[in-house]
Amino acid sequence: MSILLNGKPGEKALLMGNEALVRGAYEAGLDFASCYPGTPSSEVSTLLFGLQKKADFYMEFATNEKVATEAAAGAALAGLKSMTALKHVGLNVAADPLGTLSYMGVRGAMVIYNADDPGMFSSQNEQDNRYFAQLFNVPMFEPSNAQEMKDMTVAAFALSQELGMPVIVRSTTRVAHMRGPVVFGPVSPAKKQTYFERAPKDLVSLPANARVMHVRLLERMKNAAETSEKSPFNRVEGEGTLGVITSSASVPYVLDAIRDLGLSGKVATYCLGMTWPLPEKGLARFLSGKSKVLVVEELEPWLENAVKAVAQAHGLNMPIRGKGTAGLLTRLSEYDPALVRAAIAEYFEVEDIFPDKVDASDCPPLPVRPPSLCAGCPHRMTYYAAKKAAEGLDVIFPNDIGCYTLGFMPPLQMADTVLCMGASVSVPAGLGYAVRESGQKILAFIGDSTFFHSGMTGLVHAVFNNHKFTLVILDNQITAMTGHQPSPAMDPQAADGNLTPVDIEAVARGLGVKHVQVVRPTNLKKTTAAIREALEYDGLSVIIAREPCPLSVKRHLGKQKAVKFAVDQEKCTKCRACISTFACPAFFVDNETIRIDPTLCAGCAVCVQVCPAHAIKPAKAD
Amino acid sequence: MKTVRIFFTGVGGQGNVLASKLLGEAALLSNIPVVLSEIHGMSQRGGVVESTAVIGGALSPVIADGEADILMAFEPLEALRALRKIHRKSVIIVSTAPLPPSSVATGQCAYPDVKGIPDFLAAKAARVVSLDARKEAEKAGNPLGVNMVMLGALFATGALPISKDALTEAIRKGTKPAFLEKNLACFERGVETASGRK
Repeated sequence: MSILLNGKPGEKALLMGNEALVRGAYEAGLDFASCYPGTPSSEVSTLLFGLQKKADFYMEFATNEKVATEAAAGAALAGLKSMTALKHVGLNVAADPLGTLSYMGVRGAMVIYNADDPGMFSSQNEQDNRYFAQLFNVPMFEPSNAQEMKDMTVAAFALSQELGMPVIVRSTTRVAHMRGPVVFGPVSPAKKQTYFERAPKDLVSLPANARVMHVRLLERMKNAAETSEKSPFNRVEGEGTLGVITSSASVPYVLDAIRDLGLSGKVATYCLGMTWPLPEKGLARFLSGKSKVLVVEELEPWLENAVKAVAQAHGLNMPIRGKGTAGLLTRLSEYDPALVRAAIAEYFEVEDIFPDKVDASDCPPLPVRPPSLCAGCPHRMTYYAAKKAAEGLDVIFPNDIGCYTLGFMPPLQMADTVLCMGASVSVPAGLGYAVRESGQKILAFIGDSTFFHSGMTGLVHAVFNNHKFTLVILDNQITAMTGHQPSPAMDPQAADGNLTPVDIEAVARGLGVKHVQVVRPTNLKKTTAAIREALEYDGLSVIIAREPCPLSVKRHLGKQKAVKFAVDQEKCTKCRACISTFACPAFFVDNETIRIDPTLCAGCAVCVQVCPAHAIKPAKAD
Repeated sequence: MKTVRIFFTGVGGQGNVLASKLLGEAALLSNIPVVLSEIHGMSQRGGVVESTAVIGGALSPVIADGEADILMAFEPLEALRALRKIHRKSVIIVSTAPLPPSSVATGQCAYPDVKGIPDFLAAKAARVVSLDARKEAEKAGNPLGVNMVMLGALFATGALPISKDALTEAIRKGTKPAFLEKNLACFERGVETASGRK
């Protein structure tokens, strides 16, 4: 991956959007980064963490996005160039610092990379974070391809430094995870360190100071608006009396559609790369003389409403449409080239190009291929044990965000609520109050990284208010879901002296939990007993189910359990308990015979404890 | 240049994202415009993995339904699932080695008749190249080289404006040196197998 550091100016490489952003930050002279990983932004954090050894910047994983943003703010307040990268819902967590950091401003430069997820490929909602830029008065760039990801990141750092304010670079899943050619630019040296110059009136957001800061913020936004008017990233493609205004992932869809529909020379497209503040004069110029205009944007009608406001302010009354056009441009999910083309064809009254789709109506029913917990995953073991422990009781399972959310799937079905990061620890407070007379018990689940992200405050709340429920911390010692980034719960041996792991058991006890037990989920009997005991305990209890993620052990330590397991067909009663209750994906049914796929078997041996017929044994070596 | 849209589908771990990336690198080496896209999310946990390569000039990396000129299906069931992506003149390259999803492995659902899939596909598309990429990869000495076999088969169809040299150069640059020889052998195996079935 060192091309991101070694690439010479003018050199061209095929980069993922997120890789291009990292290169852009490096070219801009990045000094400091702090991130909590979240897909579709995760690669940025992983890349920065890995590349720092060979570069002049420093990167650290934060416990959550608020911490990351504040850490990056600290570096920028001291005069360094800093950044954080987060997913759209991560900015909800970081909204508190960002809302006031815009008042304070920064003295070096600071860029917040925000990746939205229209279509919810890996998220719990598809909120449109462009509103945050508007809400907090933070300038925003929106790249539409890999080259722009790099170029706009360089420009974002420059603008941040020039205006003394944080700047957002917003992408979506498609822009973050597309790949395209990127031509490298020169690399500015990092400053690396500095001396903090005191300026309390500028940096202490007491009401009296903040009132002054707010005035200054609006002045800065005026300057930002001037930059937007002149920005080469806000450009008109083509010409014509018809107009399209677009940004982000929709830009290539629109430009392809205009060419393919034969509308070149008839439709001009205003491609907006710096979308906050919007180039109001530029928009008015673009609109005047157009007979009708279409706004193409994914998610909310954010741009559309702004364009309509500009038209009203300038006395322009051509039809301007966006959401609802042709019944296609909805506020839901992501768009695609054919959908955008159909909307443009209908709005500008030209014949669409219909692909010659095949009729697949005679296709046999297709079995679904849902993602599942991996073979050897310790979460499955804990869920299995928890389910056993809950037998005969009426138990509610608040759950949280991570790989373990897959426990939602049958046959485990161990999720009754999933709200947001950390909520499984706080939801039981009100839930428990509501059902206090119903006889229902609460068994909540959270991963180690999510616990450190936002579970601890909920646990203090539960201790303080005497709530009675059981929290199982699924401690696989890593942030697995987003690609195995380090967690504070990491194995001290793996920390290599550079990081100081934090003991979850000590944290839980320190927060005031009296009933805390650490179990190894590989031992189903002991884990079941511990969870049962916790459920019966009259108070708040915490079970820490600790077993490293086998994928991470394999990838990072090169270790793999050598012994695979197999079903002894003579003993197997075909009861299918292994499949119907444990559901390890290494099991499969082959003509009524139950087998274990040796290429999938992780050698955890836990199924041996599940099989009532004692029919699972180490496979004989060939 | 006419745009060619290639849709890759398969199961987590088969390496279809790497295959699309290598195709992209080969296009870049050939000075042909290229954009790619891939979907990660929860796909690593045994789910479907999709990626795309759009070469020849279109700017959109995403392929809408009915607009894939070539379907690279690393698994037969996923070929059926991706039929929405192709049109009547499309070329399908499909590996016939099934990877039953958990819903089938656990007996909840039935896997469609594997042997009938190539004929079913042939009735839909202009041309179908079917091969057991897993078996061919094993024969070439690298069971993990399914993606290289598939790339070789893609080249053999002649549907790409990209030379063999550019593809092998991309493999050379983009895969681990320890696997290079076997990856190239897998690629060659794919070329031969698919050429024999034109």
